[in-house]
Amino acid sequence: MDSFSLEYLWLIPLLPFLAFVVIALFTRRWARLSAYISILAIVASLVVSAWALLSLVVAFLGHATGEELVKQVTLTWFSAGGVDFPIGLIIDPLTAMMLIVVTVISLLVQLFSQGYMVVKDDHGNLKKDPGYGRYFAFISLFTMSMLILVLANNFLQIYIAWELVGLCSYLLIGFWYDKTYPDGSISPAQAAKKAFLTTRLGDLGLLVGILIIYMTTGSFVFTDVEEAIKAGHLAGGLLTVAMIGVFLGAVGKSAQFPLHVWLPDAMEGPTPVSALIHAATMVAAGVYLVARTFEMFAASPDQQALLVVAYIGGFTALFAASMGLVMNDIKKVMAYSTISQLGYMMMGLGVGAYAAGVFHLFNHAFFKALLFLGSGSVIYAAHHEQDMRRMGGLGKRLPVTMITMIFASLALAGLPPFSGFWSKDEILAGAAGKDQLLYIVGSLAALFTAFYVFRAIFLTFTGEYRGAQGGYDAHGGHDDHGHGGHGGGLESIKESPLVMLIPLILLALASLFSGFLGSPFMGNAFQSFIEKGAELHEEINYTVMISSVLIAVVGISLASLVYYFKVIPADLISKPLPWLHAFVLNKYAMDDLYLWIVNNVVLGFSRAALWFDIHIVDGIVNAVASVIGGFGGTLRRVETGRAPNYGLAIFAGAIIISGILIFGGSPR
Amino acid sequence: MLSLNAFLLLSAVLFCIGLFGALSKRNAVAILMSIELMFNAVNIMLVAFARFLAPASTVGQALPPVSTVGQVFTIFIITVAAAEAAVGLAIVLAIYRTRRTISVDEVNLMKW
Repeated sequence: MDSFSLEYLWLIPLLPFLAFVVIALFTRRWARLSAYISILAIVASLVVSAWALLSLVVAFLGHATGEELVKQVTLTWFSAGGVDFPIGLIIDPLTAMMLIVVTVISLLVQLFSQGYMVVKDDHGNLKKDPGYGRYFAFISLFTMSMLILVLANNFLQIYIAWELVGLCSYLLIGFWYDKTYPDGSISPAQAAKKAFLTTRLGDLGLLVGILIIYMTTGSFVFTDVEEAIKAGHLAGGLLTVAMIGVFLGAVGKSAQFPLHVWLPDAMEGPTPVSALIHAATMVAAGVYLVARTFEMFAASPDQQALLVVAYIGGFTALFAASMGLVMNDIKKVMAYSTISQLGYMMMGLGVGAYAAGVFHLFNHAFFKALLFLGSGSVIYAAHHEQDMRRMGGLGKRLPVTMITMIFASLALAGLPPFSGFWSKDEILAGAAGKDQLLYIVGSLAALFTAFYVFRAIFLTFTGEYRGAQGGYDAHGGHDDHGHGGHGGGLESIKESPLVMLIPLILLALASLFSGFLGSPFMGNAFQSFIEKGAELHEEINYTVMISSVLIAVVGISLASLVYYFKVIPADLISKPLPWLHAFVLNKYAMDDLYLWIVNNVVLGFSRAALWFDIHIVDGIVNAVASVIGGFGGTLRRVETGRAPNYGLAIFAGAIIISGILIFGGSPR
Repeated sequence: MLSLNAFLLLSAVLFCIGLFGALSKRNAVAILMSIELMFNAVNIMLVAFARFLAPASTVGQALPPVSTVGQVFTIFIITVAAAEAAVGLAIVLAIYRTRRTISVDEVNLMKW
């Protein structure tokens, strides 16, 4: 630990920021140069992050525990009104792990984007997207914001970074801001607005939580707040309210029920962006926030705050997974899967399986980024087709993409030895030890997960190619930035270039191996590290382990029976219950509900406020003004403009004053 | 010898004539002349006060400062009145050139 100095930590967010400034101000016109600058900066950040992580790991292996593994520095940013606004950095196992996740995924996504962010010109030749430089500038800005977020040692800084990543998310979802669809489905610009406003709703809760915490404990710094809570400065119901406020922020950012509606529409952004921001890093920020403030959550009376986290997470896991079952857009399936997996992490944290939740975040970042990048590779190869009903049989043409995606799917489904198994199993074990209901919900969600992800795999990669038939009139090709019409048959589909395949392969390896770090064979090293070397005495719950493997196998088998062997008809449920299928496909009508609420309740209130403003507030102001105006209008008649009149008035006044002075008597 | 009241009466009569003229005449030149009358009414009053209210013992001797103030003041007023008359006539001339009239009823530029 001594080999690593905190002074170098500033470099980690600074380098991507410099890349952003340089690209935005100078090199935006030179696409290739911009990409190289951005990638160079992230590589440098990765090196510093890896150095930080390594020094922590070395200390950990040297049996450093607890506070020995935490280093932080707090400076005063500025003081105003007796309040010191802090700015600071913290490095501990949790932050070090997040640094690696963010920098690695960001690097791989940027490599991938070099191949993905191209358009066909009029002659069918590939050229860079017109916004190529802008794209890399935004990615760099996002990476900086995310790194600041995970390095923050106080609520204020994390809130600033929180908003910054939200801004970057907005910019990147709306990257193709000039695109609209003739069928009126949500455009990138609208999706960006929706994402921004929905998460803002949760951020309000976060702000309230932070303010309550500051008012009672007098500090923004996490460690100080924890001390103050231990000392009892903030306790009881108020603590629960504050932590639920903080959790609301996480609900918005991590797309938990009921604020999950923005994430599926965020898929309007470029696919690599979805992989980086809306799968691996930013949406995990909510989970990170809960993990970072876990001690405070746990301190609430009867752990009520944690229970809220657990139940919201558990419900979201099942709720989103059920929507993943019916979606036809490959990216939408992945989006709902992300929501569901984030719900898992929340549930893990909520039931007290802190390390397991963080471990799942770690594993999920890799395999979900891979699923998104793989989807991106498929979409790219299939001429920007996203509708799985127009795919099929692509496996023969896209072998590398298919194999890497199957790796990720196995990890997501939770089949050993892939990474998802180890963390998901621990979360389920934690849930089983806490609340049977949550365990059942989690297991059911796991079944759905295994089914929908392999449904996507089979629909995309096996069977007959359905792209050229055009038999479906559903709108596809949401991602079709500038290509003309769908290409010919299956022959026109070619595997993506090497620059896109290498990130896929690396992530596939990570999906296979990242789970071992926290497996019981390795003595739960990851969890022990995250818990700062605390003694872990977790017994392996074989019932849960075996049942979760069985559930995954059943889910995958069912998917294969329906979509590969076609033994079970796909419309087995949707045919007798068409309303159910339509209801789920319509996302449980939640968008419609929210639209109704906005149109009637929010706008109704706004109209009432407008009426009040126009007739009451403005009415009073205008009445005062018109009374004065009326007086003025009458009195101005006095001003005749004739000098003799003025003279008469002056003398009359003089005489009156004289009269008063002479006859009025002297004042006593 | 005439009493102070006789001078004050003369002054008041002159002032009222001037005031009446200034307020009732439409001709700007006549108004200027009326104002001149009022000035002179005041002058008479000042000189009269200076002469009659000075302490008796000092009459005929070297005059103490207090009795000369009214007379000096009068000289000043005559000077200022001359300047005022010049400015006033210049304004009247300017108005006549632009509006072809010197009737103050028709010169109501200060109206609202």
